[in-house]
Amino acid sequence: MSTELKSVQPLIEVRHLKQYFNINTGFFKSTPLKAVDDISFTIREGETLGLVGESGCGKTTAGRTILHLYQPTAGEIIYRGKSIKTPKDVEEFRTKATMVFQDPYSSLDPRMTVADIIGEPLDVHHMYKSQEERRQKILELMDHVGLNSEHAARYAHEFSGGQRQRVGIARALAVDPDFIVCDEPVSALDVSIQAQVINMFDELQDQMGLTYLFIAHDLLVVRHISDRIAVMYLGRMVELADADEIYNRPLHPYTKALISAVPVPDPNVARANKRIALTGEIPSPLNAPSGCPFHTRCPYAKPMCSESMPPFKEVEKGRFVACHRTEEINS
Amino acid sequence: MTEGSKVNENIKNLSMQVNLDDFIPATAEEKEYMVQMRPSTTAFKDGIRRLRKNKVAMVSFYIIVIITLAAIFVPMFWPYKYEMMLGMQPGKPVDATFNNLKPFEYSTTEQALRDQGQSVFPHIFGTDSAGRDYFIRVVYGTRISLAVGFFASIIVLVIGLLVGSVSGYAGGKVDMVIMRIVDIIYSLPDMLMVILLASVLKMTLASKLEGTPLAKIGSNIISLFIIFALLYWVSMARLVRGQILSLREQEYVLAAQAAGAKGSWVIRKHLLPNCVSVIVISTALQIPSAIFTESYLSFLGLGVNAPMPSLGSLASDALNGLSSYPYRLVIPAIVISLIVLSLNLFGDGLRDAFDPKLNG
Repeated sequence: MSTELKSVQPLIEVRHLKQYFNINTGFFKSTPLKAVDDISFTIREGETLGLVGESGCGKTTAGRTILHLYQPTAGEIIYRGKSIKTPKDVEEFRTKATMVFQDPYSSLDPRMTVADIIGEPLDVHHMYKSQEERRQKILELMDHVGLNSEHAARYAHEFSGGQRQRVGIARALAVDPDFIVCDEPVSALDVSIQAQVINMFDELQDQMGLTYLFIAHDLLVVRHISDRIAVMYLGRMVELADADEIYNRPLHPYTKALISAVPVPDPNVARANKRIALTGEIPSPLNAPSGCPFHTRCPYAKPMCSESMPPFKEVEKGRFVACHRTEEINS
Repeated sequence: MTEGSKVNENIKNLSMQVNLDDFIPATAEEKEYMVQMRPSTTAFKDGIRRLRKNKVAMVSFYIIVIITLAAIFVPMFWPYKYEMMLGMQPGKPVDATFNNLKPFEYSTTEQALRDQGQSVFPHIFGTDSAGRDYFIRVVYGTRISLAVGFFASIIVLVIGLLVGSVSGYAGGKVDMVIMRIVDIIYSLPDMLMVILLASVLKMTLASKLEGTPLAKIGSNIISLFIIFALLYWVSMARLVRGQILSLREQEYVLAAQAAGAKGSWVIRKHLLPNCVSVIVISTALQIPSAIFTESYLSFLGLGVNAPMPSLGSLASDALNGLSSYPYRLVIPAIVISLIVLSLNLFGDGLRDAFDPKLNG
């Protein structure tokens, strides 16, 4: 019964989330930069939702805003049916939702030992009674992520990138969260280390029943780890579907282009696949195009695309696309 | 024998040349020996190591230590006191021969004692016009100057840290307001403000302090501290703010915020520890400037209350008899120069050792 309830109620629900930053464009003038513009989606308990898009499309901002690291401009985040609004809600939410950062170098304080870095969330939330308990917890966490307990008293600069990222992951696990936002956690690592860390994410998910929002721009990595994938373009979500569906049958023109850019190991297949090359640059989010943000580069664009914003609607079960011409293009 | 077996034979021969004993697995001790872990080091230890290598800085450091220790301990056992007018013994007529003695000269009474075979402690630097031992006055003046420099820097440090870190971390409007206040204080002419404040505070404080324990320290020194607190924190605040502004963009700050840490936690645990080298360096460089300010204020007659000496007031008093007793000006001037120079050189050494980025 409880499993049924879980499947009904999503762990995290994001409704019409907007995050604008005011950028000073003149001496007294400021223009809103729409980093995230009206995105809505849900994350089910125990799943991994991949979030992909080009640099500067608002993936990271979306992840951070969901954790209330930035105060959302509009919209709400609902955790287990409860909307997070007051500072007290946020504080409580912080013990349930944590984050793994992209850069394992700048995300660890160079003046702190590994034990203190991992123990910091415990210190902040007073989650232990004695120093001994704190030490035990930290060693346990280090063991979880495959770090040697001898390293507890060392400083972060003495470690390699992969080890540092493990420290970052141990820190994210410290408060025993349900939900972790992984902000490009492997893009700064070597390929061989990437695989280790990705596999560790997988194992931890099985062991601890974690839910991930996995932000990345490496499509193969995302496909490997994600159950569902959401694609963002210029602050908006353009497509959301099961991982395999997105790869095998992308519906949105932008997703099509994105998937066609994934390198294929077999040269015969690669030649057979027609690469959809997008022309032009991604427009500045300060001055986003009217209507569908993608119409300036879309090979299927029609006049209507520049006039109205296509709704993000469910075209098939569990499959959302924001395009006026979904049916025409894909039939 | 076929060609193939010949090759095999050759390979066998080759393998014969390899001594298998060389390939036994390493024992635990051998592994221990092979894997030499570099001892864990911190930026702080590295800095100390670099500082120790810097000869100029180390010599300056020892000079500062010697002067400081002398200033603290010498007055404790020296037979003369800084305010003691040796010619004025109670119940006896004033003995003017004690006044204006040259170095290692004795007054008539002392000479009489020496003639009787008693030992008399020499006046190393002679005595001043009121018959006070000049050496102890210089030592005591050094003590006052160092104390003023040290405490003034601490006041500057505390205020600068508080204001700068709040301003840098809060950003936005708070930062704007604080920085405009800093700009205003910056734009005031230093010297004029110091002199005006010193003379105003001197009058108001003198009456207020009557009878309190602070009266012993003297209204002038307290007004000096107030001046430092009011005027000199701004550069420290700016420095700290700048550091914090750049540090708060680091991802570990965001990580701490994601863990639920509040502003004060982030400042205390992450931001200040990461700019501590800059803070220590600029505090070390603040001390000589405070000593210097104290000296010129005392020289202008706005410093410590008589009979308490400071290096500046000693130099100022010496001006009256400059042609006859030039050493009375030279001695405190040398001590001031020595202190300020060594502190500056030591501060430079600190900067080179702990913050190679600032090197320029």
